[in-house]
Amino acid sequence: MAVDKREHWGTRIGAILAVTGSAVGLGNFLRFPGQAAKYGGGAFLIPYLVAFLVVGLPMAWAEWALGRYGGARGHNSSPGIFRTLLGSRKGAYVGMLGTLMPVMIYMYYLSVEAWCLAYAWDYLTGHFARLGTDLAAIENQFLGFVGAGQDGILFGGAGVSRMLVFLGFCFLTNTVLIYRGVNRGIERFCNLAMPLLIVCALIVLARVLTLPAHPAHPEQTVANGLGYMWNPVKPGQTLWGVLSNPEVWMAATGQIFFSLSVGFGLILTYASYLKPDDDVALSGLTACAGNEFCEVVLGGMIAIPAAFVFLGPSVVQSPPGTFGMGFVTLPNVFNQMPLGSFFGFLFFFLLFLAAITSSLSMLQPSIALLEEGLKIGRRASVSILAFITGTGCLFVAYFSKGFTALDTLDFWMANFFIFIFATIQSVVFAWVLGIDRGMAELRRGAEIRLPRILPFVLKYVSPTYLLAIFCLWAWKNLPERWEAIVHPPADGPPVVLFSVLLILAVGVFFALIVNVANKSWDKEKPS
Amino acid sequence: MTLAGWVIMVLACGGFTGLLLWCVRKVVVTPEAPEHLHSQIDIDTHDKE
Repeated sequence: MAVDKREHWGTRIGAILAVTGSAVGLGNFLRFPGQAAKYGGGAFLIPYLVAFLVVGLPMAWAEWALGRYGGARGHNSSPGIFRTLLGSRKGAYVGMLGTLMPVMIYMYYLSVEAWCLAYAWDYLTGHFARLGTDLAAIENQFLGFVGAGQDGILFGGAGVSRMLVFLGFCFLTNTVLIYRGVNRGIERFCNLAMPLLIVCALIVLARVLTLPAHPAHPEQTVANGLGYMWNPVKPGQTLWGVLSNPEVWMAATGQIFFSLSVGFGLILTYASYLKPDDDVALSGLTACAGNEFCEVVLGGMIAIPAAFVFLGPSVVQSPPGTFGMGFVTLPNVFNQMPLGSFFGFLFFFLLFLAAITSSLSMLQPSIALLEEGLKIGRRASVSILAFITGTGCLFVAYFSKGFTALDTLDFWMANFFIFIFATIQSVVFAWVLGIDRGMAELRRGAEIRLPRILPFVLKYVSPTYLLAIFCLWAWKNLPERWEAIVHPPADGPPVVLFSVLLILAVGVFFALIVNVANKSWDKEKPS
Repeated sequence: MTLAGWVIMVLACGGFTGLLLWCVRKVVVTPEAPEHLHSQIDIDTHDKE
C-alpha cells in the first residue's frame, strides 16, 4: 500500500489560521481605511460587500476546492494542479502564474515588511518619540530610511544601511520558517502570530476608541472621526453619485481581491495540503470572515479616527496612500498620543506580523513547484528560491528612488496578472472542471450548507463581473503603464523597463522548471 | 457621525464579527472528519469521456 509522504496541515485550525494570515496584511489596516474614506465612507461598503459576495467569497471557495482537488492527485504546485485540471501539459504553463506572481510580489513585499519591523523597533527604543510632531521630520525620516530620494543610496554609505539590516533579518526569518515546512514552519508560526496580531490590534483599537477630543479642537472627537469612515456619503455627495462612479466599484473589487488573497495561487497551494476529505467550505468561509474582521472591524476603526482626532479633517478628507498613511501620518498620530511609543510599537509590530504571515505564503507555491518538478529536497529548493528572491529583493532595494521598481512590480503582478489568473481560475472551476463536478468537490466533506445560488454565481456572475472590472481597469491604467515602459525618463536608468525584464527573466526560469516538471510528470502518469 | 453612519458601522462590524464568531464556534465544535476508505463509486478515473 502506497504511503502518502506529502506534507499535510497538522490541524484544521492551523490551516485556517495560515490562510487567514496569508490574507491579512498591510492592506487591511492601511489601504482599506484610506480607500473607504476616499470613496465615500459608508457608501463604499455597498460595492465592497457586493464584491465580497459575488467574487471574493465564491472565488475563495473555488480556489480552496481546486487546491484540495490537486492535492488529492499528488500536486501541491499551481502548475501541477492546473496540468491535472486541464488534462494537458499546457495546463502547467497556465498554472505557472500561480508561482510567478507570489514570488515577484514577495520581492517588494519584503521591503515593506522590513519597514514595519524597523518602525516597531524604533518605537520600542524611543527613537520615534524624539522626532516629536514635526510632520516634515517624520516624512524625511521615512524617505531617507527607504532611500526614496536616489537609486542605490541604501548601498552607497559608509556602512550597511539600517534598511538593509532589517531587510536581511526579514529575509532570513522567512527563509528559516519556510525551510521548516508547512506543518513545523508555517502552521506553528501562524498559530502564534495570528492570535498575537489580533490581541495587539484590539489593544490599539481600545486606545483609539477611548481617545479624548483634541484639547484645542473640541470637534475633533473619535465619533466624528468614525463619521469619515462610516457616514453613507460625504457632505455635498449623494449615494447615487458615489455608486454610479465606476472607479468606486473598481476600487472596492480590487480591495476585496487583494485583501482575501484570491487569485494569487496562494490558497491553491495551501489547500492542496489538506487531506482529501477535509472540509473546505467552512474553512474557506472562516478564513474570509477572519480577514474581513481584521479589515472592517479592526482596520476600519483605527487609522482614520486616530488621524482625525490628532490631525484634523484635512488628512481624512483626502487620505494619503497606503505608505503615506502608515509611515508618515500614523507615526505623527502616535507621537501625539499619551504612551504613544508603546502603542506605536504595538501597531507596527502587528503590521509586521500581518506582513510576515503573508510573505511566508508567497514562498510556498514556488517551493512546491521546485520540489515536485525537480524532485529535489527542501534544502535545495529553499536555496534556489532564496537566491532568486534575494536577487529580486536587492533589485527593489537598489532601485528605491520614488518606489519605481516596487510600484512597477506591484502593478503588473498584484493588479494585472492577478485579475487574469483569477479569471482563469474562475473559468476552469465552472467551465473546464464543470460546475457540477466543481460543486461536488466543494461539497465533499463540507460542514456547512452552501448557498443554492452559488453554482449560478460561480458559473456566470463571477467571471462576467471579473472581466467587466478588468476591462474597465485596463482601459484606465494600461496605456499610461505601457508608456512608462517604452518611453523611459531621460534623466535616469529605465527602472520600469528593468523591472519588467526582471519579471520576464523569472518567468522564463519558471517556464524551464515547468518544462522539466512536465517531463517528470509524463513519466509518472501521462496526462 | 450621523445616525445612518452609526447604523452602517454597527451592521458592518456586527455582521462580520458575528460571522467570524459563528464560524470559529462551528470549527471548534465540529470534529474533524476522519480519513475514510472510498467505495468504487468515489474513485475518479480522470476519464473525460
